[in-house]
Amino acid sequence: MRTAHPTRPRRTSADGKPLLSLEDVQVSYGGIKALRGVSLEVRSGEIVAMIGANGAGKTTTLKTVMRLLPLSHGTITYAGEMVSGLGPEELVSRGVSLVPEGRAIFPNLTVRENLEVGAYLHKDAKTMRETIEDVTALFPRLGERMKQEGGTLSGGEQQMLAIGRAMMARPELLLLDEPSLGIAPKLVQQIFAAIRRIAEAGVTILLVEQNTRLALQVSHRAYVLRTGEIALSGSSAELAANQEVQAAYLGG
Amino acid sequence: MKLLEALMTGLTQGAMVALVALGYTMVYGVLKLINFAHSEVFMMGAYIGLFAILGLGGAGNPVIAGVAGTVIAMIGSSLIGITVERVAYRPLRGRGKGALTRITPLVTALGVSVLLQNLAQLLFSARFRPYPQLFTGTLHLPVVGGLSTSRAFILVASIVIMVGLELLVQRTWFGKAMRALSTNEEAARLMGIRTSRVIAMTFALGSSLAAIGAVLFCLDQSQAYPTMGVVIGTRAFVAAVLGGIGNIKGAMLGGLLIGVLGEMVKLTDYSGGVDVLVFVVLIVVLLLRPAGLLGTSRVEKV
Repeated sequence: MRTAHPTRPRRTSADGKPLLSLEDVQVSYGGIKALRGVSLEVRSGEIVAMIGANGAGKTTTLKTVMRLLPLSHGTITYAGEMVSGLGPEELVSRGVSLVPEGRAIFPNLTVRENLEVGAYLHKDAKTMRETIEDVTALFPRLGERMKQEGGTLSGGEQQMLAIGRAMMARPELLLLDEPSLGIAPKLVQQIFAAIRRIAEAGVTILLVEQNTRLALQVSHRAYVLRTGEIALSGSSAELAANQEVQAAYLGG
Repeated sequence: MKLLEALMTGLTQGAMVALVALGYTMVYGVLKLINFAHSEVFMMGAYIGLFAILGLGGAGNPVIAGVAGTVIAMIGSSLIGITVERVAYRPLRGRGKGALTRITPLVTALGVSVLLQNLAQLLFSARFRPYPQLFTGTLHLPVVGGLSTSRAFILVASIVIMVGLELLVQRTWFGKAMRALSTNEEAARLMGIRTSRVIAMTFALGSSLAAIGAVLFCLDQSQAYPTMGVVIGTRAFVAAVLGGIGNIKGAMLGGLLIGVLGEMVKLTDYSGGVDVLVFVVLIVVLLLRPAGLLGTSRVEKV
């Protein structure tokens, strides 16, 4: 899989600095403090998971990174630059893509058109053709359904399309929001296998996932969010062995 | 033969209505806003076209005056449309809570409509202004019979424009961005689509189509007046809703249907009741298909 952006220099994990870092990020909406000072880091090449109960602020964190929600306090740095003031368009062009919760594919566009729109910021025909090849190699099912409208796909296929569409922007950092939510177990396996392949190709991943077991299996490190704060963090193996995590999120 | 003639006239009228209806439906698609000012952009387009055509020689120089005058009307209307969006709608976007996010812009749209109409009366006076006749004569077509050259031109031009628009919407990046934005604004932004720019371009496109519709309408009706937007704007709005607001093909179909229906009514003894029938049809269709003829209400899939 080709992941390097045609016009963006590739960063290596060797530079030691975090690719994405959040510092004391606070977000309120509708009078409720959804994030009460979240600080976290994602380094190049990592798969980092965010776990926690519903309403803990996982989705809010991802949306805030993409600037779909306004920040009330704190800073977000991407590749050494402050990005807290930039809009989503600007973040996409710098190499951050979000696969939103609930997939949010375009139901009335064909699968091919959905993918094409994903490449909106670099419409070069050759790059787009290559990226579509890569995405259909990753998800052969999409290749079989190119002319179908997105809305006719099953939930799992729509998730594949949402991930494929985000990959069309050739991101450096992929934010995934609940990729397994409401999807048949067999397809969840396929989707997580694809996430691993995307990471192997050099894309850094920040994953929000309600299936804690799966999240800790696939990730290197993880953060546990509780009521808008980071309650625990560490390597995924450590957290999986942690009694508190086991009791609260692993059902045992 | 009377029926066929009425059908042709109806299609001509309907095609013009459809051009205006497209502006309502496209703006609704991207903003979920009924742009009530659109009918006045149409009227302004008629005046800009009138002055441009007269300035370029009018009926004495029909080809150049007609083409260049229409282009000037399109540019002028686009500028008005973009300005209305920039000044009256954009500052309201993302403000307010709940139902107010939809109602405030709607009231603003009504206000802009009244403002533009009164501005036109002030600038151009309320009198009817004769439009130069760029087409003369009648075509004698087989089967259909007589059709005035101007109507034949209107029909052909409208169809060409609608086919062009469909290609634009289906094939170009702008079209894809517009369709993506219509279905999910947040997702469109996540693709890197600059939504404000797409919205402004949608206003420009809708206003250009309204300007073409306005010039064609005036060529057919031979006059321009400040309240013309109300008459045609209402019909066009009904056409957009009838076809399924937000649906481009729906607006075209709705416009043609309304045009043909209107002419059919004129063949009967109730020719004064065209608008009554138009609204009765609208109500019946909406009772049976609330989303309009081609509109769909999609169910979220899990």
